[in-house]
Amino acid sequence: MATLTLKELRKQFTPEVVPVKNITLTVEDGEFLTLLGPSGCGKSTLLRLIAGLEQPTAGTVWVGEQNLNAVNPGDRNMAMVFQSYALYPHMTVADNISTSLKLRQVPPAEITQRVRTVADKLDISHLLGRKPRSLSGGQRQRVALARALVRKPDVFLLDEPLSNLDALLREQVRGELKQLFESQNRPVVYVTHDQIEAMTLSSKVAVLLDGLVQQLDPPSRIYTHPANKFVAGFVGSPQMNLLTLDCQGKVAKLGHCEIPLPPLAQVPKLIDLGIRPEALSVKGSEVSDQELVIGGKVFLSENFGRETLVSLRVEGSQDVIRALIPPDQTWNPEYTKLVVPFSSLHWFDAETGDRL
Amino acid sequence: MTQDLIRQREQRIGWLLLTPALILLLFVFAYPIGRAFFLSLFTENLGTQLQPIFSGLSNYHRLIEDGRFWESLWNTSVFTGVSIFCELVLGMVFALILNQSFRGRGLVRTSALLPWALPTAVMGLAWAWIFNDQYGVVNDILSRFPFWETNITWLGDPTRAMLALIVADVWKTTPFIAILLLAGLQSIPEDLYEAHAIDGATPWQSFCQVTLPLLTPQIVIALLFRFAQSFGIFDLVQVMTGGGPAGATETVSIYIYATVRRYLDFGYGAALVVVTFVLLILAVVLAGFLLSKARINVSGGR
Repeated sequence: MATLTLKELRKQFTPEVVPVKNITLTVEDGEFLTLLGPSGCGKSTLLRLIAGLEQPTAGTVWVGEQNLNAVNPGDRNMAMVFQSYALYPHMTVADNISTSLKLRQVPPAEITQRVRTVADKLDISHLLGRKPRSLSGGQRQRVALARALVRKPDVFLLDEPLSNLDALLREQVRGELKQLFESQNRPVVYVTHDQIEAMTLSSKVAVLLDGLVQQLDPPSRIYTHPANKFVAGFVGSPQMNLLTLDCQGKVAKLGHCEIPLPPLAQVPKLIDLGIRPEALSVKGSEVSDQELVIGGKVFLSENFGRETLVSLRVEGSQDVIRALIPPDQTWNPEYTKLVVPFSSLHWFDAETGDRL
Repeated sequence: MTQDLIRQREQRIGWLLLTPALILLLFVFAYPIGRAFFLSLFTENLGTQLQPIFSGLSNYHRLIEDGRFWESLWNTSVFTGVSIFCELVLGMVFALILNQSFRGRGLVRTSALLPWALPTAVMGLAWAWIFNDQYGVVNDILSRFPFWETNITWLGDPTRAMLALIVADVWKTTPFIAILLLAGLQSIPEDLYEAHAIDGATPWQSFCQVTLPLLTPQIVIALLFRFAQSFGIFDLVQVMTGGGPAGATETVSIYIYATVRRYLDFGYGAALVVVTFVLLILAVVLAGFLLSKARINVSGGR
């Protein structure tokens, strides 16, 4: 049983290039932590620090009670799945999977048995004699997973393992990954820039930006209570509507609309309002007083099949609001009213970006 | 039907475009080789007043019993084998060093190539002076060590002369192999080494299990090139030892040169050329076969 702990981890390449600034995290057995962020946010470097492929400038990596800073990557008992899979091109699939066991001088009989077990589990038994070049992308991905699983490591590290698969296969493998790692009961650290992978797979998501954790929460809370403007804009597709509004007294002005502000100690001049497109709907017959009504002209509609994304220019302002509505819903092309419950509004500090 | 016509026309155009190159090859390769073979069936030397007289396979018969030819073939093989082995080992070391990133790597890479760029005759002369028994640098350095024999006649002793030749050749052609291997090293993705390290491999294990297998094509190419060049070595030997002392460093090319240009024995010289040529072709075919096997083993994308 193991717990992966990162304490005040920092990695500095040059004074200007600091991909990981100060990160403290804990991943328990059976927890699936996803490092989510745009490219350049430091998520891959963080993973490499955990694996030992990079040495931290400051801070420590622990598994259980052991400080791993001075431990070689090969002795950390962690398995990593690379984005490129990094399969040895000159070895057969069986050799690829068994390399780590051979290097640890596991008895040959046990190697054969473990390789067979993991190959059966991942349904690649018929490929064991082939070389990686004759495998499809999905098959290579499975071999890379098998190579990690066969070691029965303390910690699993996965670096964007699905990014080289086509969309359909990605969905299928995502589901399989989830079941697979739920059965392993080990800490899993998973790096991705794909928010859907992060939302569906993880028990915990760390949203990273500029080498710092912006929010560390279960996926549902990341979605419902984004900690700041960056997280709000990064998670959710289509992107959350983010508007910077003037404040007057106890209301914020959006075109002709006046939106009551949440209770604040001090009323700022500007405030950021976030509304998820899926929280908006075209106004039905009656409006309750718990809802905000925004009027304007729809100038663009995009039909996704399952739903329609309409873009509306708010009456009396240049702001644009996008809303996801059912595909069969109609609207008045001249003047449309969108409604949203006040409880679905997200407020952010216009200067710091923090949630209010 | 129309497809056939198009293909026919394309093939006709293809042959048409190939013709100039084929004619050139015919004159540059096929004709001289054929002419040499033809000439080897004649006796044409000072004894026949340089007139060709048909003598069948008698030149080949003479060759089989010619101890000097077999000795020169042995000398060539020793020179080729030892020098290529040393070059490969040293070239690998250089390539591994140059593949690391360090300050001033560009400068080191360029200067490492310099010996390869020098004309062989010039560097041969320099090495002949370096190994000179009276004024040579090597003897000067050795004389500074106590209990060491001084004034060693490097180029006057059969074994030492061969050693001197090999040292000079290794000095000149190691950079060539190093650059070839370096190109191969750079094509091996870094993440293979990282994956191997996480799998628990030491750097030495990574070298044996990842680098060497993936570098096989480059190693075989380097061997092939160096073999073909080294087997025909002429300039370096001619400048440094002239084949001496007492024929101890005489290579096949030197012997053929002497036969044709000094003894004016054209028919026999042609027979020597033909036999050497066939041996070389056999060796290259063998190497090419190994190369194709290596390709099958290691090529392929990830």
